[in-house]
Amino acid sequence: MNAVAHNNAAGLLGRAEALATPAWAAETRAAGIAALRAHGLPTRRTEAFRYTDLGAVAQASFGENSPMGACGLPMPGVPLTRGAARLVFVDGVLRGDLSSLPPRPLSDAQALLGGLTALPTQPIAAMNAALFEDGLFLDVPEGEDAGLVELVCVVTGARGAIGFHPRHVLRLGRRAKLTLLDTSDGAAGLAYLHNPVFEISLDEGAELAHVRIQREGRAAFHLSSVHCAIAAGATYDNFTLNAGGRLARNEIHAALNGPKAMCHMNGAQLVGDGQHADTTTVLHHAAPDCGSRQTYKTVLTGKSRGVFQGKILVSKPAQRTDGYQMNQALLLSEEAEMDSKPQLEIYADDVKCSHGATVGALDPAQLFYLRSRGIPQQAARSMLVEAFLTEATEGVGDEACRAALSEAVTAWWAQERA
Amino acid sequence: MLRIEGLTAEIDGKAILRGIDLEVPSGELHAIMGPNGSGKSTLSYVLSGREGYEITGGSVTFNGVDLLAMEPEERAAAGVFLAFQYPVELPGVGNANFLRTALNAQRRHRGESEVDAMQFLKLARARMKELSMPEDMLKRGVNVGFSGGEKKRNEVLQMALLSPKLAILDETDSGLDIDALKIVSEGVNALRSPEFSALIITHYQRLLDYIVPDRVHVLMAGRIVKSGGPELALELEASGYASVAA
Repeated sequence: MNAVAHNNAAGLLGRAEALATPAWAAETRAAGIAALRAHGLPTRRTEAFRYTDLGAVAQASFGENSPMGACGLPMPGVPLTRGAARLVFVDGVLRGDLSSLPPRPLSDAQALLGGLTALPTQPIAAMNAALFEDGLFLDVPEGEDAGLVELVCVVTGARGAIGFHPRHVLRLGRRAKLTLLDTSDGAAGLAYLHNPVFEISLDEGAELAHVRIQREGRAAFHLSSVHCAIAAGATYDNFTLNAGGRLARNEIHAALNGPKAMCHMNGAQLVGDGQHADTTTVLHHAAPDCGSRQTYKTVLTGKSRGVFQGKILVSKPAQRTDGYQMNQALLLSEEAEMDSKPQLEIYADDVKCSHGATVGALDPAQLFYLRSRGIPQQAARSMLVEAFLTEATEGVGDEACRAALSEAVTAWWAQERA
Repeated sequence: MLRIEGLTAEIDGKAILRGIDLEVPSGELHAIMGPNGSGKSTLSYVLSGREGYEITGGSVTFNGVDLLAMEPEERAAAGVFLAFQYPVELPGVGNANFLRTALNAQRRHRGESEVDAMQFLKLARARMKELSMPEDMLKRGVNVGFSGGEKKRNEVLQMALLSPKLAILDETDSGLDIDALKIVSEGVNALRSPEFSALIITHYQRLLDYIVPDRVHVLMAGRIVKSGGPELALELEASGYASVAA
């Protein structure tokens, strides 16, 4: 993290400084600009980015996402769940005409902004802080069940290769409940940047199911980070499908801050020829009697690269922590590469923490078993790949979300095997 | 139906089958017995088309067609079925989906119409009842969490549903208690017909009390060294393989 003589984020900084910044956003913006100016965008020399170089993002240039222009929805291939409360961003702009939920202005979230990020060591969040203009603010009052809310982000290409940096803030009061289905889609062949950051606070006993479907166009950059503070007895349940983009990195930073809190982080990465997909989780067990479960599955085809980095930090007060992390990758091509880095840091002494990682090809014994029953080789391969991914998605509780995930997985595999 | 002539095969340069001659006519059940390492399992894998075996000589024809030139799925569609000694677990693949996919793949290959989910369920339930299998085994992952006996019964269920012309049972009796052995044997006996043949590979005579073979062959060091009627199995049980070799 040396200060760099030639800052590789100069282009982004130039855009950030030109933005009109309202008073409520000024502090966050200034902190983001300061972090970018001091550190630039990370390259492989930075340990947390040794497998994922953001140099290509630094070199690209992205257009502004305003003013509004004409564009149409629905875009082909972007299914909308019927009946759900919905907020729709098209080409970086919130579209009231397509949304069914009256948005609260992000300025209302001022007190929560930037509270959960550590910008000097989180360049993805820093980039967002420097450039954010809008985002979703959901504040679910104590005891309320807000049901399913859908956040739809689509880049159509009508305004070219935009850089889009939404800041989404969610707060769930005590025992409040919410399911958030968050989808990112975009035009193929367009080198845009989608850089969403979520700041999520869960009060005592709150439950948030957060299902993310990242299906950007194959030439896009997707750099996202989720920051979640979980109070006593609350549950954060994240499932992320990381399938699109030329370069995609999803970070989750979650902290279990009160006793008997729970965090589930599961996901699947579908990585095709020419793609680079990175999932990085940092989980802090800060309080006693908390549990965490992580299962990530990655399928790689063609010349592609997958990354999983998972850190679990168990602080001294976090006695009787029950943590589990599993990360499995299926390599369907000789040119695919998977880098996997689990990291446990444990300071409490009464702790149950296990982790595992597997990387391999399809099992020849399983393939032969299927073929010996008359199932042709290609169909047998498909069955095994789908089975591998089904194991990841079947844990998603919400039926509409599970169906959306299953559809996305099936569509991806149908395209890959063709 | 099945004709094996001078079959030799090796794994990693090591000769396992050293010239097998065997003929199984339609409607007959033949047992192949032999000590560990005699080549029994290799024979079953070579016949069903598993990769990793180098065929160095001889021929195998099935109803006059060269079996060794066919892919495993083509052999299955032609009517060859291998009941595995160690059935493979397929986590995430539902048993019902697996069975129906297999059945329809074979039917498609033979130019027959596919069975829909309802028809299949009816068929599967009837067969499962005969094999005393609990119905929830259809919903579970293929062989996942099944006991040894349940896995073997699942093999026989597949055989019953796919109705092969030639079944190769590779040590289907291993790991079975006496009740399961009876159920599995009844499943095999139920398939007996003038169009059905079986090759029953076993280490022990016990299974042959329940599935009475037409012929018994003794396989040792990759060759069939002796053939006879069902009484040969009893002889082997009494005096051991060494006496046959002598």
